[in-house]
Amino acid sequence: MNLGNLSDLYRQLILDHAQHPHHHGELASADQTVTLNNPTCGDVIKLQVELKDNQVADLAFSGDGCSISQASASMMTDLVKGQSLPEVQHEIATFLEMLMGNNDADEDVDALGDAAVLATVVKFPARIKCATLAWKALEQAIGEANNHE
Amino acid sequence: MVKNIATARNDFPILNQQINGEPLTYLDNAATTQKPQVVIDALTHYYETDNANIHRGVYTLAERATEAYEGVRQQVANFINAQTDEVIFTRGTTTSLNWVALGFARQLLQPNDEIIITVMEHHSNLVPWQQVALQTGAKLRYIEIDEHGELDLTQYGELLNPKTKFVAFTHVSNVLGTINPVKQMTKMAHDVGAYVVIDGAQAVGHFSVDMTDLDCDFYAFSGHKVYGPTGIGVLYGKRELLAEMNPVEFGGEMINLVERQTTDFKPAPAKFEAGTMPIAQAIGLGAALDYLTSLGWSAIEEHEQSLVTAAYQQLNKIDGLTIYGPAAGPTRSALITFNLNGVHPHDVATVLDTQGVAVRAGHHCAQPLMQTLGVSATTRASFGLYNNLADVERLIAALVETKEFFQV
Ligand SMILES: Cc1ncc(COP(=O)(O)O)c(C=O)c1O
Repeated sequence: MNLGNLSDLYRQLILDHAQHPHHHGELASADQTVTLNNPTCGDVIKLQVELKDNQVADLAFSGDGCSISQASASMMTDLVKGQSLPEVQHEIATFLEMLMGNNDADEDVDALGDAAVLATVVKFPARIKCATLAWKALEQAIGEANNHE
Repeated sequence: MVKNIATARNDFPILNQQINGEPLTYLDNAATTQKPQVVIDALTHYYETDNANIHRGVYTLAERATEAYEGVRQQVANFINAQTDEVIFTRGTTTSLNWVALGFARQLLQPNDEIIITVMEHHSNLVPWQQVALQTGAKLRYIEIDEHGELDLTQYGELLNPKTKFVAFTHVSNVLGTINPVKQMTKMAHDVGAYVVIDGAQAVGHFSVDMTDLDCDFYAFSGHKVYGPTGIGVLYGKRELLAEMNPVEFGGEMINLVERQTTDFKPAPAKFEAGTMPIAQAIGLGAALDYLTSLGWSAIEEHEQSLVTAAYQQLNKIDGLTIYGPAAGPTRSALITFNLNGVHPHDVATVLDTQGVAVRAGHHCAQPLMQTLGVSATTRASFGLYNNLADVERLIAALVETKEFFQV
């Protein structure tokens, strides 16, 4: 049996986040809520964000998804909590680039924290959308907040 | 020529390959089936020797192409026991069902009329009815399922009333595998004067279907799910209803006479087949139907039943695995949908893929059914005539591997 590739996709760190996701639940102080789904598979994420002083003050996610989407959301929330909006926007861009397979900017990828391990998902094209779902939700939450200013 | 089901696998070149270092175990036949060499050859032969546009040319080549295309219509009619002019070629089941909903039902429905469908419908036999209901003010009502994943016929009986104008249901559920009692359901609908539309996408290719015996008003299926090419499908309709039904697409080929302000359409089936049709694909479909006929229904049914029974028994033994739909037996067709407790279906499908096992994970275009079952996604293994017991063994072994990998 050829499970070699698999341990690439499912690193222990990914499984840990998927089994015990951080910032999972509802956020009472949220001022932005975005619900996104992956229409091909039915995965849903609800991301709630509290923005204060041009920062992501707090955030939480809920919904239903595979281990890749859950782990990715958990890692993302760890990373961006407390960061400034420009910083977060740059990280979202780096993450999405990384999952399109263009990661020439290796140092930027290092700045993604745990989420950097999700680079291996590129080898599983059918799963890329699972990894990007949370990040797209965050991008939209920040975008909507900016529109309302 | 009578072919043998035991060696049928050798007729499908695509199956002879490795995926991720393992033999390909193709178990996504409900999504689309693989094509036998005879179908591939029919497409090649058509393009190499007969290609021309049909119905228009007076030259020999065009006549040959027309004859081949119209010959398949005759063949489909024989295959489903209908009249030749009751067979319309479409792009597939989805197009067939949309044409009935938009070209026939929309004209007839009045506000407060009722359309009955079932909670197990594929989106293609659900969304068109929802749209038509929204456009006409008709009400959309649902037949529910019982704990075995079979339709609740008592509740269906209660839904039926003189306001029921259309009843649309699937012959076989693409998720639960349930074979619905379509003949009885058709009779019940006709008793209140409703039209019956059947989605046969998961039935044709697995057992014989007979329009005259079923007595339904419309029946739809896809070429690519019966070992034929993509891009071709069939809509059967009773002759007198097709005469009333309007085309949804207009253009070349479907007309008798076009003047500046008005057009006179040809009679069915031509009036529905606007523009250049998928000619090669129709001819490929003909080759696929010939192939199925050469194997024979009893061999196909017996073979698929033995596979699904073995798979059901072995899946049932896996701890923490839930199977949806009826037990293996006369009401279950050749597919099994399940969930492994603690592992998301996508993760299951990815692990299975590393073992060469191709299954489908997701909502299977049946979101209202997923909502009814209380799950967001499921994993589905669906069988075709070329699968064998070794495929079942590989599926089971890969699932055991999945459980070990995720430690559930
Ligand atoms: C029950 C059922 N109906 C309709 C369809 C749609 O068929 P097509 O995509 O060929 O139009 C499918 C295909 O998945 C199906 O399983």
